[in-house]
Amino acid sequence: MTFTLAFRNLFHDRVRLAVTLIGILFAIVLIAVQLGLYLGARQIIASPIDHANGDVWIMGYGNKNFEEAQPINQRARFVALSTPGVASVIPMITSFVDWKKPDGGTANIVLVGADPEDGAMVPWNIVEGDTTALGTRDAVIVDKTYLEDLGIKTVNEIAQVNGSRVRVVGLTDGIRSFTTTPFVFTTLPRARSLLGLGPDQISYALVRLDPGASSDAVSAALQARLPDLQVLTKSEFRMRSLNYWMLSTGAGVALIGGAILGLIVGTVIVAQTLYSSTKDHLNEFATLRALGSSTGYIHKVILAQAALSAALGYVLGMIIAMLIIFVTESMALPLPIIMTGGLAVLLFGLTLFMCAVSAIAAISKVTRIDPAMVFAR
Amino acid sequence: MTHPSVLVASNIVKDLGHGAGSVRALKGVSLDLRAGELTLLMGPSGSGKTTLLSILGCILTPTEGTLTVAGNSTSGLNAEALADLRRRHVGFIFQSYNLFPTLTAEENVRLALDVRGERGADVAARAQRALQQVGLGHRMKSYPGNMSGGEQQRVAVARAIAGKPSVILADEPTAALDSENGNAVMELLSEIASGVGAEHAVLAVTHDPRTMKYADRILKIEDGRIVGEERRPDGVDTIHQIARGKKRKTDAKS
Repeated sequence: MTFTLAFRNLFHDRVRLAVTLIGILFAIVLIAVQLGLYLGARQIIASPIDHANGDVWIMGYGNKNFEEAQPINQRARFVALSTPGVASVIPMITSFVDWKKPDGGTANIVLVGADPEDGAMVPWNIVEGDTTALGTRDAVIVDKTYLEDLGIKTVNEIAQVNGSRVRVVGLTDGIRSFTTTPFVFTTLPRARSLLGLGPDQISYALVRLDPGASSDAVSAALQARLPDLQVLTKSEFRMRSLNYWMLSTGAGVALIGGAILGLIVGTVIVAQTLYSSTKDHLNEFATLRALGSSTGYIHKVILAQAALSAALGYVLGMIIAMLIIFVTESMALPLPIIMTGGLAVLLFGLTLFMCAVSAIAAISKVTRIDPAMVFAR
Repeated sequence: MTHPSVLVASNIVKDLGHGAGSVRALKGVSLDLRAGELTLLMGPSGSGKTTLLSILGCILTPTEGTLTVAGNSTSGLNAEALADLRRRHVGFIFQSYNLFPTLTAEENVRLALDVRGERGADVAARAQRALQQVGLGHRMKSYPGNMSGGEQQRVAVARAIAGKPSVILADEPTAALDSENGNAVMELLSEIASGVGAEHAVLAVTHDPRTMKYADRILKIEDGRIVGEERRPDGVDTIHQIARGKKRKTDAKS
């Protein structure tokens, strides 16, 4: 009967129910979008590291993220190769550089140089052309998300990087950058040439381990042998990049802050409506108490009301959030909103938490109820 | 035949308010209620009727004195323990019915059983029997808003008796009803008190003189004290008993 009573109380006042559901819906949508953006940002930041074929990364000291790498001497490769547990070491170059559009104007890009046959970082999600075309003269591969930014309409168009000619030979889809600076892929020698680096300069040396070797142990051994460089495992470098972009720049804090704000606003709205509903039904709760109900029984009614509101608000909120995600996905915005099963479960948990917290004021009110008020009407 | 006392109150004193503003609402009230009896508690406004009813119903605790309900002393019990005593042994009927407007008549009665923790398969049947007993077998699915005041009060009576409590306490049960419905409700209370097994002691607080003819006993309260008691002499039937006797004769003839 507690559920029946909660259900009837809830649906008895449709206007208040609507206000409650709008409050929850608002909170869910805001939290879903903010956390979805947060996940999207994390995915974009970690994506190049996740797609790179290296268990341990050797880089210059002070590297904070994948895009901004200091040049290092590739002699480090040979030191690494003689370290136990190391199977191979692959050089790679990344650097911010200017891109001159075919019709004039410039854009900033992140040039990634790696030889496809080495497999350090092969462009993924190729939708036009293929990686073997990178072997042709002046070849680069770009992502179709950024075609407009690069002043390109299709493959085979010509542009300039650092004043040198490049030709687009392939397109990827969905390789986005957190900084909105497009990734442009080419071979290692061509990257050196475009950036004006010496033949022994690289940005990273990616270490592949022998089967069974521990990345932590090899990383420590390499760090001991290369004291002037920074050696990080893949997960350490991933975390460092995430921390830099999400925390140091304040972007992640803003997204999480938005989600917390949604939670607070939702809690306040639901608490307010639940409290006023409880006040309206105070005489009924006093009657229940006079009939001998325990306070726990009355709390169950209020919590059932809160849980029902949560379930209804969650379903409606998720429908709206999924619609927003669908629309933004079709617009191919630079920063995707990601919804995962885990996030959906987390959102439901947060909704229940929000409604349970909202019920505290109402519960506190009925806990102090005097059943003698039933005689005072 | 004299039935056992199911509620005994001794020297009940109740102070309302605190400090200098404190008022002594009850000044040493002693009474007992017996199963099978309908007792009326009558008195002017402010005489302490409702305060006494609240104490007898374990809603308020006395400042002094003792109360025993169905053999259980209330001394030293906290609010939860008093609530437990209420749900096991006390049924309430309120002046304003206090039904749940969003629940049907049957659900209102079932709710009282649910509060008692009774959730078996027969709960709906028991609620329906209680409603049939008060003549509302045909209104089980009706909402209080669609029922007359008399019908609503009968639902409240059904709710009070469904759990078979030892004591039924009614606060001005006829105050909001017209004469016809008021009589019907008092007849019902009298029947419940003197019904099969005489399981319930019924106490009704009232200032309605029309109700006196249904009483087995009348207690008069003034200024926080019981100042008089009238008991119907043995052999003299209440209106309800006379009516029931007439019905039996009519049934026998037909």
